[in-house]
Amino acid sequence: MDRLLRLLEENALATHEMLAAQLDTTPEEIKKRIKQLEHARVILAYKAIVDDERAKRTQVKAVIEVRITPEREGGFDRIAHRIAQYRQVSSCFLMSGGFDLLVFIEGDTLQEVAGFVSEKLSTLPGVLSTATHFNLKTYKIQGVLREAVVNEERLKVSP
Amino acid sequence: MHLPISIVPPTSTIPPVTSSSDFIAEHVRDIPHSGIRDFFDIVQSMEGVISLGIGEPDFVTPWHIREAAIYALEQGKTGYTANLGLLRLRQAIADYLSTDYHLAYDAATEVLVTVGVSEALDLALRAVLNPGDEVLYHEPCYVSYSPSIALAHGRAVAVATREEDEFKLRPAALRAAITPKSKALLLNFPTNPTGAVLTAAELEEIAVICREHNLLVLTDEIYSELSYAEAHTSIASLPGMRERTIFLHGFSKAFAMTGFRVGYACAPAPLIDAMMRIHQYGILCAPIVSQEAALEALRHGRPDMLDMREQYCVRRNFLVYSFRKMGLPCFEPRGAFYLFPSIKTTGKSSRDFAFGLLKQQQVAVVPGTAFGPGGEGYVRCSYATGMDQLQIAVERIAEFVKQ
Repeated sequence: MDRLLRLLEENALATHEMLAAQLDTTPEEIKKRIKQLEHARVILAYKAIVDDERAKRTQVKAVIEVRITPEREGGFDRIAHRIAQYRQVSSCFLMSGGFDLLVFIEGDTLQEVAGFVSEKLSTLPGVLSTATHFNLKTYKIQGVLREAVVNEERLKVSP
Repeated sequence: MHLPISIVPPTSTIPPVTSSSDFIAEHVRDIPHSGIRDFFDIVQSMEGVISLGIGEPDFVTPWHIREAAIYALEQGKTGYTANLGLLRLRQAIADYLSTDYHLAYDAATEVLVTVGVSEALDLALRAVLNPGDEVLYHEPCYVSYSPSIALAHGRAVAVATREEDEFKLRPAALRAAITPKSKALLLNFPTNPTGAVLTAAELEEIAVICREHNLLVLTDEIYSELSYAEAHTSIASLPGMRERTIFLHGFSKAFAMTGFRVGYACAPAPLIDAMMRIHQYGILCAPIVSQEAALEALRHGRPDMLDMREQYCVRRNFLVYSFRKMGLPCFEPRGAFYLFPSIKTTGKSSRDFAFGLLKQQQVAVVPGTAFGPGGEGYVRCSYATGMDQLQIAVERIAEFVKQ
């Protein structure tokens, strides 16, 4: 199961026939297993990893450290869920260390992001403080380097 | 008017005109260029070629290993090391061989760090061969074996391996090739170019013959980490074999470090000492930066190595499936990163197939004959190439085969 997931994480567009060949099984078996994984929500979604700069997008991205007060019987979960459901939030994690939630947000403008933080996030009951860091440049995203390391001088035939 | 002043001596003292190639020693003159050489020249000059002809990993050396090399430079590590290599590295090698290969070598006296496993093999041959001694090796094989033996003034004796035997070295074939002049047996399992392996039981059958005929074994296990079927066994770990084996290995394939040029030889102290004497005068030591990088590979490189092996395995499965689907039968390689499909059904020779494929579909594979006459009817396809490239290559080869 792990090997199939790994291959899909590398290339979700691989055909069933291709995956079957790589894992020495049948396309039918692959199809069945993928269905199971989707059904069990092990696979949550398939998405393209886009280079915003090359796509000429001017989106603003930020990471926010959020400190919150855990609730009796709910811990951090209820408030984390409230935050995670905002459209602007792309990822949300509970962290160890000096703050509690790490929230990744995206907006069309700086104002939109700033507004979200000051009007929505900071005013939520239970939120103690926020610290917002804006992305300046991307070097690697979801395991993919923006500039691949290519050796142009690699020999085309060698023993 | 100036009179021309000649400093040319009278003609009678000029030695007879000679060609500069006359200076070349006879045993070197007889060495042919590598069988892939002319092919290489053509491929290198073409654009848009997808190459399955590459005998090195497509992965760049894992970053932490490259970073260790940079750090070594920052630290000013730019001098010679001990002839045998950094003791820290030799100790790490001895520990690695102990845990992974069940081999016990003393880091101080039984491990020699070399410039790639190629140097280690060359040293081993030069250290043990007297002129005319015969060295047995299995073929199809890596292109260097026969020339390296000849350069060490030995006589190369090929033992053919066959597809119907899964390219394994058969004891009967080995026995048939032994003469009173046989001195050593050179093994390379997993094999470049066939991907063959020998199991522990099969190695024991070979070991029996070596002990019986007092043969020294030179075992080039450069692909040993890249074994896909079962755990690799070294012949040196079999009973009674340690004292008659020179174990040769390196970092190029498993850790994607070909350009660092680090290999090593392990053997009983007298053999290592003999090899070291050649090494100290010829090479002095392997480059210190590469040795530092190799140490990092052994200390922290295992996850990278396992990850690369998994990727090779997946590619192998894909290639085996694809070749069989297009009607080219192929033995499923058990190790290394080569597929050796039979192209006999196409009616073409290996050379014609490879040149035709290159010309018509811009895919480079190496004619099997580059690895010995027994390679006729086969081509070597390396899967040290990314999946996206392999997919296109397979489509093009299928198109070529259809015609």
